[in-house]
Amino acid sequence: MSQGFSIPRFRLPSLVSAIGAHLPQWPHSLALATALNAATKLGLLPEDSLTLLEGRSFVVEVLDAGGQACFSYRGGLFRPLFSAPQAPDLCFRANLSAFLQLLARQEDPDTLFFNRELSIVGDTELGLVIKNMLDAVEWPQLPTLPIFRH
Amino acid sequence: MARRKVPHLICPAGSLPALKAAIDHGADAVYLGYRNDTNARNFAGLNFDHKAMVEGIRYAQSRHRQVLMAINTFAQPGRAADWQRAVDGAAALGVDAVILADVGLLDYASSHHPALRLHLSVQGSATSYEAVNFAHREFGVRRAVLPRVLTLAQVETVIRNTPVEIEVFGFGSLCVMNEGRCWLSSYATGESPNTVGACSPAKYVQWEKSPGQMTTRLNGILIDCFGDDEPAGYPTLCKGRFEVQGETYYALEEPTSLNVLEILPEIARIGVAAIKVEGRQRSPTYVAQVTRTLRAALDELASDDQRFQVRPAWLAELARLSEGSQVTLGAYNRPWR
Repeated sequence: MSQGFSIPRFRLPSLVSAIGAHLPQWPHSLALATALNAATKLGLLPEDSLTLLEGRSFVVEVLDAGGQACFSYRGGLFRPLFSAPQAPDLCFRANLSAFLQLLARQEDPDTLFFNRELSIVGDTELGLVIKNMLDAVEWPQLPTLPIFRH
Repeated sequence: MARRKVPHLICPAGSLPALKAAIDHGADAVYLGYRNDTNARNFAGLNFDHKAMVEGIRYAQSRHRQVLMAINTFAQPGRAADWQRAVDGAAALGVDAVILADVGLLDYASSHHPALRLHLSVQGSATSYEAVNFAHREFGVRRAVLPRVLTLAQVETVIRNTPVEIEVFGFGSLCVMNEGRCWLSSYATGESPNTVGACSPAKYVQWEKSPGQMTTRLNGILIDCFGDDEPAGYPTLCKGRFEVQGETYYALEEPTSLNVLEILPEIARIGVAAIKVEGRQRSPTYVAQVTRTLRAALDELASDDQRFQVRPAWLAELARLSEGSQVTLGAYNRPWR
């Protein structure tokens, strides 16, 4: 959808994941939880979908970066988890380029899933809630920077 | 040169951003549903609440496009009022048509809202002109969506023998295509599109990842095992691989998507009124990609149908989005029939 600016499919060199996996993971968890709370506060995430996340734990794993973010949703807040849960309710796994393409609404999650670029393990219905929640978000218009123009 | 009349392009909207994507990329109409089991894509977090519905209808109609509301499941025992309320709501909101399958609901709509335009849903499973004409005679149905079981010649026969507009599927995931009459989801889970508004509901689906492979189960039934490089499909019984007489293969249907680009001139020639894109469960990105591609093809057909050629770029774009990463002409092309 982003006309004139597209994220290519790429894979980070294996050295990145080798190093990344040895770095502390909690900063990713903290950053993602903070971003999600900010989105909630802006009213971007619909409340009826959020209530379905109550008490559930999530892992987002960026394979080629060797990084993962773990968080849960409790009492209306996304909370970072400082160690990976044994059995998260839901785990998304993909390479960095696939996650970026998803966030930029450049690729459809089902397309990535059919092509085996995105894996979803755990509570499938919970995965659907999250996917549909993100699809329904009307992101505020980004300021038109010259880089995004034709 | 006079522009040739081409079918309307009807696109899916599972959310407000998807609706806007369809309209912005050239859909003539969108179809959508309420956030409940009155429509056949009743998935968690999908579809429209009242506020989003009002905004979506305003967005489309102010741009002179149509909104069709799918109320295409079957009223469940003791709850007929829920479906009737959905029809009342659609009429009050001023949608351009409702898409219904249940004969009782068609009767309700035609008697309580005579001005409301009625479309017969694919779930109504009308595959002959007699069935379509029955819906026309009894309920004043103006358009029928045909199940994906007919060849192009059979579609033409229906069109020649009915005053009702005919809509067919143009792109999207295929199943065994026996819409409205399929028992596979009910067999595995006790729930089906007709009853709860979802085929193989997500709560019954389990993906298990182990080194080198992924297995899919539906309510405990093993559906398929994929190697790491094999394309995957939706976790329905009809797309599973099963052992039949010592051979393991897609015994019912391969994961694939329908794509009619190649026969678009024929579809226009026989007088199809509209082509529908499947996929209310897909994201706004998919809707934008498919709508843009089919709009380009239809516009080219309208401007010069003699020289119409399918562009490789269109095919590549649609194949990429397809289930199992492959496309087919499905039942439209069955030379042996």
